[in-house]
Amino acid sequence: MTQAAPGSLKKTPLHARHRALGARMVEFGGWDMPVEYSGIVDEHMAVRTRAGLFDVSHMGEIEIAGADALKAVQHITSNDASRLAINQIQYSALTTPEGTFVDDVLTYRVADDHFMLVVNASNIVKDFHWIAERVKEAGGDAAAVNTSSRYALMALQGPLAKDVLQSLTGVDLSAMKYYWFGTGEVASVRVTISRTGYTGEDGFEVFVPPSSAERVWDAILQAGRSAGVIPAGLGARDTLRLEAAMRLYGNDMDETTTVVEADLGWIVGWKKEEFLGHDVLKRQKAEGAPRKLVGFEMLERAIGRHGYDVYVNGEKAGVVTSGTQTPFLKKAIGMAYLPSSATSPGTEFEIDIRGRRVKAAVVPMPFYKRQK
Amino acid sequence: MTYPADLKYTKDHEWVKLDGGSARVGITDYAQKQLGDVVYLELPQVGRSLKKGEVFGTIESVKAVSELYSPVDGEVTDVHGDLVQHPEHVNKDPHGSWMIALKVTGGQDGLLDAGAYTELTK
Repeated sequence: MTQAAPGSLKKTPLHARHRALGARMVEFGGWDMPVEYSGIVDEHMAVRTRAGLFDVSHMGEIEIAGADALKAVQHITSNDASRLAINQIQYSALTTPEGTFVDDVLTYRVADDHFMLVVNASNIVKDFHWIAERVKEAGGDAAAVNTSSRYALMALQGPLAKDVLQSLTGVDLSAMKYYWFGTGEVASVRVTISRTGYTGEDGFEVFVPPSSAERVWDAILQAGRSAGVIPAGLGARDTLRLEAAMRLYGNDMDETTTVVEADLGWIVGWKKEEFLGHDVLKRQKAEGAPRKLVGFEMLERAIGRHGYDVYVNGEKAGVVTSGTQTPFLKKAIGMAYLPSSATSPGTEFEIDIRGRRVKAAVVPMPFYKRQK
Repeated sequence: MTYPADLKYTKDHEWVKLDGGSARVGITDYAQKQLGDVVYLELPQVGRSLKKGEVFGTIESVKAVSELYSPVDGEVTDVHGDLVQHPEHVNKDPHGSWMIALKVTGGQDGLLDAGAYTELTK
């Protein structure tokens, strides 16, 4: 229960709002962030059944522009950015030459020659240096700029998100498809709106000038109040993303795990001629990787958590990367790296839970899929 | 929340209700707030002997795992099975959610009263 001195942590433009709302604050990636307001279960259920508003301003933005911007993005990320239309978004990996993750990112195509990568808070500095060096090496007409401080970012997530946000904007949200974005005004503030999120629900992320962040935050909560829209913290964000089987950088993948091992082959542009690590990933795809990230469900009453060892046939064989008791499914679920031979659904294995071996079984992901 | 005067408290945020030679044990309101939504509770078998400060079980919230420490020396005479089935009651009524009952054999010194515990959690 010791906490870092709040003074040394970065604060988002909505920090005072979190304090005023009585949020419990924690350190996350160098930021002082709200982990919960009314409680993780309450906030999780609000997002699944109504909507919740998250401050995710700690996320970073790195923009790459210039005549050779597409070439640069194609070189540093795994997915095929040439398939993006202007205003379209894709999930992708920033890869090392070994095919592992520098980070996982969303790539926004702002213009033919202008891309924006949305990156994880704890990786902003690392990513920017990595990208700037790779772009410089490539030598073309492209430059990378860390624009993280230009944006506050809010995520309104849940089945009511569209109606609530629509009441505040002239942008036709019904016409905005999943993983597309546009610009317009929300509560008379000039913003970028994308139909994206990290919860497994329909929802939107809104990029706002920091000076107007409180105005937009207040307007969304006010517009959603009668429908039961509430602020939600990083605790619920984590349980929601886990139910939806969305990976968390630093838990489920990092610089030691490849994109194929993380079972994210769908974010690799297999037809691309080149990108960092493509040879490793293509080989792993063809020959199989030694291990793979799987979903699991506990077969006994217990919770397998991040870092717990995994045993297959009595031998230590991997590690749990994420795990909790999820509020909506009301089950203990998680993700773990297992030897590829033990990854078919139904395969039983054991997790060492504080010295006790407890049974779990591989299940298909996602654990939760919303009704459309 | 005010801390009931008929309970004693530990620096590890357990409460103990002493009643003659027996006692009931739970965790405080402060502890449940720190944990957040409780989802899992693991308690010992009846008959187990515990030393003051010894781990007698585990409590888990969505986010965290925490150990439970015996506030006194004693032998476990009863375990609250309903609470194991509905651990979320710890959040709703922490001072009414007893976890284990003990036959006290010693170690009652050094417990905090409600006033001292309130100070500790300020």
